[in-house]
Amino acid sequence: MRARIASGLVPFLGLVLLWMLLWGEFSLINLIIGMVLALLVSAVFYLPAVRLSGRLNPWRALLFLVRLVWDIVVASLQIAWVAIGPRRHPLTNAIFAVTLRTRSDLVMTFTAEAVSLVPGSIVLDLDREEGILYLHAFNVLSLDDLPGLRREVLATERRLILAAGSLDDLQRLRDAESDGGTSGSSSASAASAAPAGGEGSAS
Amino acid sequence: MLDLGFGPDGFDARDVVTAVLVLVAALMCFAAGVGLLRFPDVLSRLHAATKPQILGLIAIVADVAVTNLSLGTITLALAIVFFQSLTAPASAHLVGRAAYRTDHFDRSILLTDEFASRSPETPSR
Repeated sequence: MRARIASGLVPFLGLVLLWMLLWGEFSLINLIIGMVLALLVSAVFYLPAVRLSGRLNPWRALLFLVRLVWDIVVASLQIAWVAIGPRRHPLTNAIFAVTLRTRSDLVMTFTAEAVSLVPGSIVLDLDREEGILYLHAFNVLSLDDLPGLRREVLATERRLILAAGSLDDLQRLRDAESDGGTSGSSSASAASAAPAGGEGSAS
Repeated sequence: MLDLGFGPDGFDARDVVTAVLVLVAALMCFAAGVGLLRFPDVLSRLHAATKPQILGLIAIVADVAVTNLSLGTITLALAIVFFQSLTAPASAHLVGRAAYRTDHFDRSILLTDEFASRSPETPSR
């Protein structure tokens, strides 16, 4: 019940906050107009409610954001260098699959968003039932680099779950890490599963 | 005497910040442009179109927030960065998906393609 109220309230408050951010001042009149508009927008453009986990660890969320900004900087510099710098070898790419551990749409969405901003990957497609992300990785020199890339995606997912995942997802994450891997449905996920816990080595 | 334009009381730290941020932003946008031309296929070019562009935008917006320091500009800057970083991956994904499904990409530079070898109902071409 609490989660259901929160699921309606959080987007509403987000819209009000956005209105005030866009005006750039936090005044009473902005608050009232923002609330009226938020009600109007959520009534007219109805979307199915997002299921929130009802959990947020501010410290973990901060860690996630700091790491995300850092990754954006690194990714941009890398790609800028590949674009401008001399080319020593032909450019090669790869499309690879990662099986996520979460079952939450929200976590999956944010993982996909975050992964697209960090070094090397763009989400090509995803399989929602199985929780598989298909990523296009840029400038992959050999197939030996793929396990490292998978590990980074899983580390991103792990940071997100620790920050705001549901208890169910947390449990799934712990299970996956304690058996040293998920029940790999393909050879791809089996290869990625073993070092799933190694967030520290991901940098 | 050479006038470097530091103003009467000398050196302004904010000018340095502005110079650095604007240069970073310009360099990143330039790199994104060069990448668009130099990279071989659609999927590679998407990488150039999303990532350096985001950092360039963050740098410019951060510079605007630093030079006109006020609550209004900071909040607006945050909103711009937040929405840009939500929408850029989404648009890249849509373009990438469309390019993949219509075969507008260079398969010869792919080391592996695990999407093609996925299990079910692949619309084979």
